[in-house]
Amino acid sequence: MLASCSDPETLSGLSWLMCYLTTGKHIAFYWAFGTVLLLLAVTAPVALLFGFGGAVAARSRFAPLSWLGRGYIAVVRGVPDIAFFLFFVIALDQGIEWLRHKAKCPDWDQPIRQGNDFIVCAEAKMPLSTSAQWVHEVYGFWLAVFTFALVFGAFAANVLFGAMRAVPRPQIETAEAYGMTRAQVFRRILVPQMWVYALPGLSNLWMVLIKASPLLFLLGVEDIVYWARELGSTKTPQFTDYPHGDWRMWYFLFLLVFYLGFTRISEIVLDRIMLRLSHGQETLANHKRTGPIGMNKAGPP
Amino acid sequence: MSCYDTLMDYGLRSLGYGERLLPRSDFTLCQQFVLIGSGMIWNVYFGIVALLSGFALATALAVGKASASPWFRKPAEWVIFLFRGSPLFIQFFFAYFLFLSLKGQVPAFDALTSAWLGAAVVLFFNTAAYSGEIFYGALRSVPRGEVEAADAYGLSGWSKFRRVIWPTTLRLAWPAYTNEAIFLFHATTLVFFSGFPASRQQGDALYYASYFADKTFNPFVPYPILAGYFVLLTLVVIGVMGMIGRRLNRHLPGAAPRRARGFGLLMR
Repeated sequence: MLASCSDPETLSGLSWLMCYLTTGKHIAFYWAFGTVLLLLAVTAPVALLFGFGGAVAARSRFAPLSWLGRGYIAVVRGVPDIAFFLFFVIALDQGIEWLRHKAKCPDWDQPIRQGNDFIVCAEAKMPLSTSAQWVHEVYGFWLAVFTFALVFGAFAANVLFGAMRAVPRPQIETAEAYGMTRAQVFRRILVPQMWVYALPGLSNLWMVLIKASPLLFLLGVEDIVYWARELGSTKTPQFTDYPHGDWRMWYFLFLLVFYLGFTRISEIVLDRIMLRLSHGQETLANHKRTGPIGMNKAGPP
Repeated sequence: MSCYDTLMDYGLRSLGYGERLLPRSDFTLCQQFVLIGSGMIWNVYFGIVALLSGFALATALAVGKASASPWFRKPAEWVIFLFRGSPLFIQFFFAYFLFLSLKGQVPAFDALTSAWLGAAVVLFFNTAAYSGEIFYGALRSVPRGEVEAADAYGLSGWSKFRRVIWPTTLRLAWPAYTNEAIFLFHATTLVFFSGFPASRQQGDALYYASYFADKTFNPFVPYPILAGYFVLLTLVVIGVMGMIGRRLNRHLPGAAPRRARGFGLLMR
């Protein structure tokens, strides 16, 4: 808070706006952007890990594991992601509390589901009802990360599954001819080569992930959407030093611009990476960039 | 109360017919099936309206983006960038509050603040932008030989577009467009969670599913029911789009229906 902001009623114009935009709640709003970026930074590698596991499972020669992998991909892709978010936030919470309940209170004899209530012993609550507010927030955030990773892991699994199949067959056959085992072929040939085929799909997935990040709001995290609604709504002079009308439209316009900038920057960076990785490779991405073969002939030497 | 009675009471609840109050206690499986199914009416409505109206704008956007004149190209590029580059969730919020303040000044905009029109407008622009990008990619992939053949037949301008370029564009874009249609139907579940009010508790399938999950504190019944409905809807969409796709490809020798993978397959 700036020192000149102590008496907002005397302010006007630009200085009022300056003071308004640096109130404590606005600082919390700016920090919420950090929350979103943190979520993306944590979720992306975890989702990739899940995706890798899903793709490997789907390729497995052991049928039940293969069904599990394919089922994971198919179910998550076939159902709206927001339904998964709403489902997992409660389901995970209840699952964790149930497991803790079983472990910590073995001599509890009442049923856990009593009509419309879900009752576990006090020691099994997660987080404990005595713990601080920030523990609750961090726990909620990690539930959100796990849910995001689970959903986007299925999409990543689909991309990686396709990429593993796109690795040219002769490469595998050559490796087999050298006497490599199945595990060696996988580790030395398949995985290193699949990335360039997976990259277009993965960069698309990153864009989808960015655009899904405001759904954090539905998971009960105090994110940018929460603050934009909170700060933008009509404020009367009784409750605040900075009364204003319904400004939610402007706050959401700001979020819209933020996301447009974010996706644009990501797009430029990912294009650069793609160009670097597919340098000299005959992939679809490279092919498209230079146009169909034979179209560059007329250009300058 | 038998399941038939429940169907009579709540079958069209999402449209405002039947019982006025939602069930409040002693939830039966039948109630959950019927109400969530009733909510699917809205998902299907939003999806079909946006898909049909968005198709026309998407074609215009694709042609505009491929146009040589900046007067057509720039606006098309900006519309596509605006709606593809930002989250649909934020678009819904922004549009709702925009419509709300428009309504404050001009009462004629009243209908836009209710979901049936306002959300449909947002979805229309959104799907048009996504499909416009798909069609644009397909438009640029039309084989040169086909265009040259059209030139050789003396076709030009509108008739060349109508008879050669456009059908081929659709044929190339169809697998990706099918994918877009599926994701559009999924996206309709966002409507009632993003500003647009469900007046008199007339909501979509997810609205009722989360209502039951909140009331019973048991997510393991309503959400799998919702998932079942959506898997069915997805299968229907794939079936219908596949039929259209086969019709588009009917003259090609040995035209197997192309699976939805490979060319320009983008998720949203």
